[in-house]
Amino acid sequence: MSDKATLIVHSGDLDKIYSALIVANGALAMGMEASLYFTFWGLLRLKKGGLDQGGLSKMNMLGLGRLMIRRRMKKANVASVERLILDFKELGGKIIACEMTMEIMGVKRQDLNESLIDDYGAVGTYIQEARDSAITLMV
Amino acid sequence: MAEIKVDVRGETCPIPLVEVRKAIKKAAAGDIIEVIGTHPASKKEIPMAAHALSIKILSDEQTGEEWKIRLEV
Repeated sequence: MSDKATLIVHSGDLDKIYSALIVANGALAMGMEASLYFTFWGLLRLKKGGLDQGGLSKMNMLGLGRLMIRRRMKKANVASVERLILDFKELGGKIIACEMTMEIMGVKRQDLNESLIDDYGAVGTYIQEARDSAITLMV
Repeated sequence: MAEIKVDVRGETCPIPLVEVRKAIKKAAAGDIIEVIGTHPASKKEIPMAAHALSIKILSDEQTGEEWKIRLEV
């Protein structure tokens, strides 16, 4: 078993993106390796300027819930999604973009924040990352 | 033997852990890292991370809302 955490980021909701990035950064901070596999709605967050565009997974209330959560996070001095993903990369985290999702949703590489993405792949790439990971999660 | 100061006062999860990990990455063997922060959970978790990374904990103190942890790489 490798001392590694692999997460599938399937959801694009703001709270779920935060969860994924916080857990991934936590794993890196504790000395593990970490990989994030962005697929479906999660992949859309990798579009240029798209990182924090998701609504809340619950109680979004047409954006009102999202606004309230963002206010509370600002008050608690929570780091931005942009900062968390840059920290993730700086600490050696790996980001893989799902090519199948790109095809289905008509997303091209140029649409994405390519500097964040280490690799493009399909499910086999994910399985190779996950098969010996001590922690595997789907967010 | 360098002394590296990490100030994460006012920062919340996961920033204190992340900043300590960054400092450890940049440090050379024998360097001392001094972290000051206010996030309560980090006071427990930074020693956990140090332990997991085989980093020596020199001291761990609390004054009011602030805690200070010294690590030797």
